Amino acid sequence: MSIILDKVNYIYSEKTAYEIQALKNINLKIEDGEFIGIIGHTGSGKSTLIQHLNGLMRATYGGIYYNGQDIYDADYNCKELRSKVGLVFQYPEHQLFETTIFADVAFGPKNQGLSKKEAELKAFTALRSVGLKEDYWYRSPFELSGGQKRRAAIAGVLAMEPEVLVLDEPTAGLDPKGRDEIFDQVAKLHKERKITIILVSHSMEDVAKYVARLIVMNQGSILFDGTPKEVFAHYQELEAVGLAAPQVTYLMNDLRKRDILVEGSATTLEEAKTAILQAFQKKQN
Amino acid sequence: MLRDITIGQYYPADSVIHRLDPRTKLMGVLIYVVSLFVFRGLAGLAAVTAALAFVIWLSKVPFGYMVRGLKAIVIILVITVLFNLFLTPGEPLVEFFGLKITWEGLEHAAFMTVRLTYLILGSSLLTLTTTPNQLTDGMERALKPLNKIHVPVHEISMMMSIALRFIPILIEETDKIMRAQLARGADFESGNLIKKAKSMVPLLVPLFISAFRRANDLAMAMEARCYRGGDGRTKMKPLKYKRADVFSYLLIGGYFAVVILLRAYL
Repeated sequence: MSIILDKVNYIYSEKTAYEIQALKNINLKIEDGEFIGIIGHTGSGKSTLIQHLNGLMRATYGGIYYNGQDIYDADYNCKELRSKVGLVFQYPEHQLFETTIFADVAFGPKNQGLSKKEAELKAFTALRSVGLKEDYWYRSPFELSGGQKRRAAIAGVLAMEPEVLVLDEPTAGLDPKGRDEIFDQVAKLHKERKITIILVSHSMEDVAKYVARLIVMNQGSILFDGTPKEVFAHYQELEAVGLAAPQVTYLMNDLRKRDILVEGSATTLEEAKTAILQAFQKKQN
Repeated sequence: MLRDITIGQYYPADSVIHRLDPRTKLMGVLIYVVSLFVFRGLAGLAAVTAALAFVIWLSKVPFGYMVRGLKAIVIILVITVLFNLFLTPGEPLVEFFGLKITWEGLEHAAFMTVRLTYLILGSSLLTLTTTPNQLTDGMERALKPLNKIHVPVHEISMMMSIALRFIPILIEETDKIMRAQLARGADFESGNLIKKAKSMVPLLVPLFISAFRRANDLAMAMEARCYRGGDGRTKMKPLKYKRADVFSYLLIGGYFAVVILLRAYL
């Protein structure tokens, strides 16, 4: 079970004055159950890349294989692919249209051809798993706050029970509390359901905290691909392309410059805390 | 997907035509359209064709790009040709199944095709070489005399420029919502008419909501910047005729005179 991208290229408005190459020779292998973060500044091709994963966009050149099958085969069932690779767009609350949250979440499973009962059961489970209180389920989407709408929209994709869940900036425009809640729910989903999760984000801190593998995009190609530690070790190169490592990485480097010999390359607050405490203990001894 | 619509889209390039005053271009198109329905005979056709070809060449817009905009009128063209072919009375050329094609019909059909094609090519040249903002600026300026009889020219042109500005935004928004619903397994293509209409609900409801939200935001932003209509409002880039514009007016006048003379004396 995996997704393989083989030399994927995508060109917007080919052969016109507006021609832009959004993806350049992307080679990627995504294994089952991975938790991947994709970072890159605006226009680096992140959003274009993830829309290729469920066949919404078709590569200009190159191939994509889902579980060993070529998704560009003429007889490949693209609709089925879309229910296996669930894609949550940026500002997903803008897609809500039903009269109640519950009916909107059941829209996906209904499109999968399930009966009303089954679809409702899936909507029920999905709404539960995003932690939306039952009081809100039968209200109109317009009565909910931004964070709640966001959760409802994520539930709308989760209800289709995808094998791979792709989230494009799931926390854009949310306050810190709402952001943490969404990320925690996503991490929980990964742990409990063992589904593959691909998280597109701007925030280095968040990505470093949750993901096991990090892909850095720059101008349509992959710049780095590795664990957050490996990637953030290149913080100078990251800065050169307009990105940055998490704040703690800089802190650790500063400490080392001042002869406080902290070990390892911490990327999260917790790791930094342990490393600093150890360094001080050593100094005292 | 939807972003492939080329009709009415601006094509950025640096050409004499692009730099002309929008009023000159508006006037030029107006006269050109009139001349299309005035000209008669092969000599007139030659004059019209030469004028169009010359301006297209000057504009640096690739011809293939312009022709793509013609796709939209293919059906209208076919219908016009058929009607003209079969329904023009005159000397029969061929007859079958009770239908007859006349010599006059053939001529009419040919000229009508040319007229419509040239009409679209000529007018699309205006939008291809003029940004929507320039276009509405030009219109506002050209229609200013109507202010005297209490036509709200500024308001109309403001509405028009907002509407034009929002077309690409709403197209993009439609595209985005469509993708989001496709990702949830929505199906916009299959089924009969009623099913298709129903499948538009998940697309239209969010689209309307976002249009209202945008309209609200825009109104708020305009008010925050003290917008209060056209009275006493000045322009950042006031329209000014340049030497090229005067020259163009002369050319346009000369062209129109030639077309009329050809019609009168040939």
